[in-house]
Amino acid sequence: MAGGNGSKDVVIEVRDLVAGFGDHVVLDHIDLDVYRGEILGFVGGSGAGKSVLMRTIIGLIPKREGSIKVFDVDMGTATDAERQAIERRWGILFQQGALFSSPTVPENLQFPVREYLDLPQRLLDELAVAKLEMVGLDASVCEKFPSELSGGMTKRVALARALALDPEIVFLDEPTSGLDPIGAGEFDTLIATLQRTLGLTVFMVTHDLDSLNTVCDRIAVLADHKVIAAGTMDTMLASEHPWLKAYFHGKRAQAGHVARK
Amino acid sequence: MTEHCSKARRKAGSSNSPAPAHGRRRTRALEALIDGETARADKLRQVDIDMKRVERLDTFGAWLLERLVRAFTARGCQTNVTGLNQDYRALIDELHAVKPEDVTEHRSNQLTYAMASIGQNIVSVGQSFAAIVNMLGALVVALLRVLVHPRSFRFTSLVHQLDNVAWRAVPIILLITFLIGCIIAQQGIFHFRKFGADIYVVDMVTILVLRELGVLIVAIMVAGRSGSAYTAELGAMKMREEIDALHTMGFDPIEVLVLPRIVALIIGVPILTFLGSMAALYGGGLVCWLYGGIDPDVFLQRLKDAITMDSFKVGMIKAPFMALIVGVVACVEGLAVKGSAESLGLQTTASVVESIFLVVVLDGLFAIFFASIGM
Repeated sequence: MAGGNGSKDVVIEVRDLVAGFGDHVVLDHIDLDVYRGEILGFVGGSGAGKSVLMRTIIGLIPKREGSIKVFDVDMGTATDAERQAIERRWGILFQQGALFSSPTVPENLQFPVREYLDLPQRLLDELAVAKLEMVGLDASVCEKFPSELSGGMTKRVALARALALDPEIVFLDEPTSGLDPIGAGEFDTLIATLQRTLGLTVFMVTHDLDSLNTVCDRIAVLADHKVIAAGTMDTMLASEHPWLKAYFHGKRAQAGHVARK
Repeated sequence: MTEHCSKARRKAGSSNSPAPAHGRRRTRALEALIDGETARADKLRQVDIDMKRVERLDTFGAWLLERLVRAFTARGCQTNVTGLNQDYRALIDELHAVKPEDVTEHRSNQLTYAMASIGQNIVSVGQSFAAIVNMLGALVVALLRVLVHPRSFRFTSLVHQLDNVAWRAVPIILLITFLIGCIIAQQGIFHFRKFGADIYVVDMVTILVLRELGVLIVAIMVAGRSGSAYTAELGAMKMREEIDALHTMGFDPIEVLVLPRIVALIIGVPILTFLGSMAALYGGGLVCWLYGGIDPDVFLQRLKDAITMDSFKVGMIKAPFMALIVGVVACVEGLAVKGSAESLGLQTTASVVESIFLVVVLDGLFAIFFASIGM
């Protein structure tokens, strides 16, 4: 399943992207490709701008220069209708879940579906339960409001909502942060399983070395406002770049290697 | 010349006091002593600081020691710290590594600071005006889109908001306006009686309530009650990234969140204004009867003579505009909330203050307008 060979179908193409706040340039002429069907792990130091890149791609932060193409549509010049068509084809898992707080859990899942599809309520309810079971929850959460969920459940419900419209790309912003190692491991497995069953392309911003090791096909690294490397785990481990060496050969990484042996 | 800094040693030793309240005072005393010690440094060429008797050392004590060493060294005086417990070597080294430029005081000129904050405030007034105009524009666009596709209007949300801002506000609005009507009538009777002009109280109360007070009090109450709620709700949604989530699902937050809220206010405030005015007239009439001895029949007769349909219309025409301004300001401020809890509080305050201010300004403009068209 290793990316980087075979037919390369680019679904997200970022070229020469510049973004920032005020005088502060966060992303300085960045290039990045995401291929169809891969799980791309996107790493970088805290505050390096990983989330900024993700939010720029999905259009929450305006870009200054460069181009972003999703499914060969230039997001900078797309009409509202084209944009909306693209937005239907991706799902986003925000770091804190970002579930709507006033509706219940199933209503959260049904919210995007209602907007785009005209389905009877019974089908909507059944689909909500099905999606919740896909992410490892049972129907008992259907009675609940987002404020009544634990951290891990919130992430799962948010993932279910991101999958509500059967998207082709899923953006995950630090999906395993705030989960215990067992929960994080389960979440990784879940992402890998869903990626296989639904044929997703996954763009995952993460800090979790275990996630990178176990589920990511390819890794892209952001440092000094640039993407300094992109490739498989082996490429990362072989790299001589000081930041990469520190990240992938640091104490925590070593501990992970030992644990797996 | 070598001098044994016994004083400094004693002071450093004193920082290991167990009681927190004492510790605070002693840290201050220690700092003063150390600063006093550095003032003598000009005469010295070498200083040995003996830390042998220091049993415990915390970051405060260690930093003061470091400050002392730095002050002596800066004046060309060779400084040695001896007898330091090895356990604290790492702490001292850590503080020794703190770069001097990081600890210089950042104090800007008071005058510059005052000028800068005046400037920032003026700019922010301009910005919030621009934001209001911007929101009005976005609302018009959303409204046109909804008119083209009426099914996309969030009717459920509108009903929910109407329940919150109109139906549930009825008791408090009735109570407040009733009391205001009573108070105006009582004050009027008390003073008008001196001239034997009791009956004109009816004119004053009815005209004042229908033209100005009814709508003003309702608008101010709604700004405090519903405007603040709108700002807090939208602000919390902004903080929890719910609004970003809406964006990424292809929804327009203006259409989904703002439009139903503002439409609910535009429907609700005129109804509340009508109810409030009636309650105020009722209160005024009641006081005229019980306190002023004006019979209800006489009151009603006088009321018919005093007011025209215009007085009523003036109040009612203003109501939807007041609702619009309160709603727009509340939503603008709510969407301006940044990630922090403090910003949520600031924006909510700004929302209420700004909307009450604008309601009063708008009322003034309407007064000029109605006077010039003779209403």
